[in-house]
Amino acid sequence: MTLYFLNFVLFIIGLYALVAKRHIVKKILGVSIMEYSVNLFLILIGFKKSGVAPILMKDMDLSTFIKTAVDPLPQALVLTSIVIGLGTLALMVAMAIRIYERYGTFDMHEINRLRG
Amino acid sequence: METLLPLFVAIPIFSAILILLVGKWDKKIFPRIWSILTTLSLLVLLVLFWDKGTIIHEMSGWKPPYGIVLIKDSLSQLMLLIVNGVAFLTIVYSYSYILRYEDYLRFFSLFMLMLAGMNGVVLTGDLFNLYVFLEIASLASYALVGYGVGGEELEASFKYLILGVFASMLILFGVGMVYSVTGSLNMADIARFLISHPGNKAVLMASGLFIVGFGLKAGLVPFHAWLPDAHPSAPAPISAMLSGVLIKVLGIYSMIRVFYHVIGITPIISNTFLAIGCLSMIVGALMGFGQDDMKRLFAFSSISQMGFVMVGIGLGTPLGIIGALFHLLNHAGFKSLLFLSSGAIEGETGTRNLSELGGLREKMPVTSASSVVGSLSISGVPPFNGFWSKLIIILAAFQAGKIWVASLLVLTAFLTLSYYLKFQKNAIFGNIVEKVKGAREAPMPMVVPLVLFAVICLFVGVFNYTIISNIIIPAQQILMDRGGYILSIFGNI
Repeated sequence: MTLYFLNFVLFIIGLYALVAKRHIVKKILGVSIMEYSVNLFLILIGFKKSGVAPILMKDMDLSTFIKTAVDPLPQALVLTSIVIGLGTLALMVAMAIRIYERYGTFDMHEINRLRG
Repeated sequence: METLLPLFVAIPIFSAILILLVGKWDKKIFPRIWSILTTLSLLVLLVLFWDKGTIIHEMSGWKPPYGIVLIKDSLSQLMLLIVNGVAFLTIVYSYSYILRYEDYLRFFSLFMLMLAGMNGVVLTGDLFNLYVFLEIASLASYALVGYGVGGEELEASFKYLILGVFASMLILFGVGMVYSVTGSLNMADIARFLISHPGNKAVLMASGLFIVGFGLKAGLVPFHAWLPDAHPSAPAPISAMLSGVLIKVLGIYSMIRVFYHVIGITPIISNTFLAIGCLSMIVGALMGFGQDDMKRLFAFSSISQMGFVMVGIGLGTPLGIIGALFHLLNHAGFKSLLFLSSGAIEGETGTRNLSELGGLREKMPVTSASSVVGSLSISGVPPFNGFWSKLIIILAAFQAGKIWVASLLVLTAFLTLSYYLKFQKNAIFGNIVEKVKGAREAPMPMVVPLVLFAVICLFVGVFNYTIISNIIIPAQQILMDRGGYILSIFGNI
């Protein structure tokens, strides 16, 4: 339970950076932190304390294997999610560089030609 | 037959890559011709699958709930029709619209990726797969919104990116939460589990996350902040795709699929839908009033019209859902038409401000006529299609005994009519002003889609009964039949 709570705290830290910080790069960092916390949450779903890798060998007992093996599916999900996160991060950074070229600043308060 | 189902996703991804590869030798002609052929082939594929009932494809032969399944039922069929129909006409329009940009390759390549993502979202029967396709479509759309790489485009795109990524993360959070409760990602399997284990608190929290996540993607009030910036900043074909298709598929469709089929609709959720719908409709219409930029006006009207759809869905009665789905179809038609015509007008006159326009009727007769058809349809003037769908939603609200909602709907319909009258009076009719003097009719590939969209608006309006009974009602029956959805996947096992 503590792990889930700490994980949630991590999410909130990311959200704080996203909402409160004015610097674009800090906002991007906030998004990354939030992404990590969501990935961590997915991993935590399948986590078991002192669990073993979910590979069934011939000499293993099936019932103890089910009890001790971690759930492999969330790990597969996290792999996909990390790749998507990488793509998103690359796009965000590329866009931040282009915005700097146009506006000459990273401050989100000075980048306000649109009314929202 | 069912082995062809992945082609809806595979064809656009393949052509996205091919356009970039062949683009090394032919930068100008090939991307344009090839993307028209791709979207045309998707339409042919749709005709092959038309009205064949529910078709299920198990990816790589893994049986559900272990593998990923693709499902084409009547609801997916309706959405596929909207996605691929609008995409085809938009690509034809882009054939000459893209001439005003230097880089053709990436535009068409990203467009194809966006199309692949949307087709995937519509077809998939797996919750995590839904998230992956949703991200493919969203990432392509972030890049496309900023395609002009001017300061304002980039700013709008960055805002959209931040909020879109946040929404995706909430959706992933929700998916993880649902997985932790049910131990499955297959939508039908989750639904089967949740029917036998109702009242779980974690699922309730996941519902909240899904509402905010999909609401952000759909641009519903109070999650709409990105939409009025992003839609006007994008190139006109992309605005048409975003407003006409993307917010419907990623937002509304995913929301109704997840809530009606997977999580199950409860009075709390449908009342939330109703509240969000009413709020979106009123706020969108009121904000639309003060706009001078015609694309911003259309963007706010998109918010307002999505409110109509959400109200229809939130009513939860068969009539309400028929109205909502019919309005989805109609809105795809007329909103794409309006955005495309705004692109044609901007290309000829160099401005989008209503106060600087006037008298386009004489200089650009075909564009003007079709945009008048579009604005009459969206404001709900009979016999055009918007009238019928709004009428059905209003009747459904009366039938459900929600008089306040019905009166709000009528009020919004009037507001819509009034700001579209402003658009017509300022831009289309009136005296010819300075900027319009040099305008000519837009080139043929841009005019033909406009006329086709206008014809579709009129056609759907006149033959509304045939359309509703053949396309909409089967989709509504599929949507409201949660047990049938589970049975269609696990029935044969």
